[in-house]
Amino acid sequence: MKYMLLIYQNPATWRDLPEPDRQAIMSDAGALMAELTATGEWVGGEALADPSTARSVRVRDGVPAVTDGPFAEAKEQMVGYCIVDCETQERAVEIAARWPDARLWGMEVRPLLSPDGVEM
Amino acid sequence: MTTGDDLEGLLRDLAPQVLAAVVRRYGHFDLAEDAVQEALIAAAEQWPDRGLPGHPKGWLITVASRRLTDQLRSEESRRRREETAVAADPGPPATAAPADEQATDRDDTLTLLFLCCHRELSPPSQLALTLRAVGGLSTAEIARAFLVPEATMAQRISRAKQRIAAAGATFAPPPAGEWAGRLAVVLHVLYLMFNEGYAATSGPGASRPELTAEAIRLTRAVHRSLPEDAEVTGLLALMLLTEARHPARTTADGSLVPLAEQDRSRWRRDLIEEGTGLVTGALTTGPLGPYQLQAAIAAVHAEAQDPGGTDWPQILALYDLLERVAPSPVVTLNRAVAVAMVNGPQAGLDVLATLEGDDRMAGHHRLAGLRAHFRELAGQPEAALADYRLAAERATSLPERRYLESRAARLAGLG
Repeated sequence: MKYMLLIYQNPATWRDLPEPDRQAIMSDAGALMAELTATGEWVGGEALADPSTARSVRVRDGVPAVTDGPFAEAKEQMVGYCIVDCETQERAVEIAARWPDARLWGMEVRPLLSPDGVEM
Repeated sequence: MTTGDDLEGLLRDLAPQVLAAVVRRYGHFDLAEDAVQEALIAAAEQWPDRGLPGHPKGWLITVASRRLTDQLRSEESRRRREETAVAADPGPPATAAPADEQATDRDDTLTLLFLCCHRELSPPSQLALTLRAVGGLSTAEIARAFLVPEATMAQRISRAKQRIAAAGATFAPPPAGEWAGRLAVVLHVLYLMFNEGYAATSGPGASRPELTAEAIRLTRAVHRSLPEDAEVTGLLALMLLTEARHPARTTADGSLVPLAEQDRSRWRRDLIEEGTGLVTGALTTGPLGPYQLQAAIAAVHAEAQDPGGTDWPQILALYDLLERVAPSPVVTLNRAVAVAMVNGPQAGLDVLATLEGDDRMAGHHRLAGLRAHFRELAGQPEAALADYRLAAERATSLPERRYLESRAARLAGLG
């Protein structure tokens, strides 16, 4: 079963972190990625550029309205994601709890919908 | 040897036999498995141009042995290890097939299945390793089948092989006392392989290899080794009877068609006939087991010309037996359908109510989906609508969610 782990951060508090703390977060994330690669659970993931670079797009009556900034106005923004393939949701939550951002901000664990299905 | 499909089929049939021969001679299951994959790739590249060698299996064994000894030698020179294995000479290529070779090959395939379905491995790892080492699929094909990157699957397979090595497993049948339990694991892995393939719908998975065909092929191989085992026969029958519905189970756009609404003229009569024959034979020779009972239920569905002609009392009797032989919440869930068909929707709801306290089932979309269906039949459209919506929220697959949403929309008068 595949799960997306959405990584949330407050960009302002990230900026204000002392450099060694930022280093530690990066290296903890790298170590966890290497571990998940070794277990065969790592499917993929990406980091996102700062939320201030986002453009939000809505089309109303056929007219696109494009605004600067992220879709949802919140202090904590999605800054990246990873996808893991693991046996239970408990295991996915365990991985999320070890992701360094969870210590300062938060992670969201969402199952991916499978493209497969069995008739009922 | 005219087409690529013929060649692929031949190589896949030979893969477990070659691996067994190499592992028996040199040990090192882990490295031998890699060497056999390389030999299969070499054959797929060279044979179409140069023609089939006189004894294809001997050719593959020789090439794989050479790769393996090369690798063992290079490790030796680095680490001064593997002395005994390196000392062994690959020997002359096998040229003639001994008379008892066929029987040995059958047993070898089974022994390899026991090794790949080792208890130290999780079911997904057992499945991946079985597809590669026994099925002869490449890592890329297996990765496509499970919709993960090739690197992820390669890591999973290599880790599985390391675990087997660490557990000290050898290429030998399990001891007599463990035999039945280990066979049950093998059958379960084949059952999972089949289900994984059966659930694959069109769309993004259209190019995925036919896991159902592979599961049937391997189960046939086990059945040839153990023709007297009623559960092996039952599993093969169950796969054939389920696969028979494949052409009718989805629409052109990939939507799921429930059993009661399938166009039964599209069911595969050849598979139904073979499956029904197999399960009938198994049930008379016994002992009774869950695969035979599930196959028997599938056979009863298959013999009905239309849904109204289904012999539900017989299906219910079979589910009663199944629940006694192999009780599980999933069996209870399916039994509820038979109960509802025989004794009415309220009786079905009563059975479902017994599952509400089960942690594994309480949050499951199929429980909510069935409750919705029974409530709809019982003339409680509002409760049914709420349950369809709940089931759609909890669905773990896109086609199942679309199906449940369409049921809800129909009840809400939006469909």
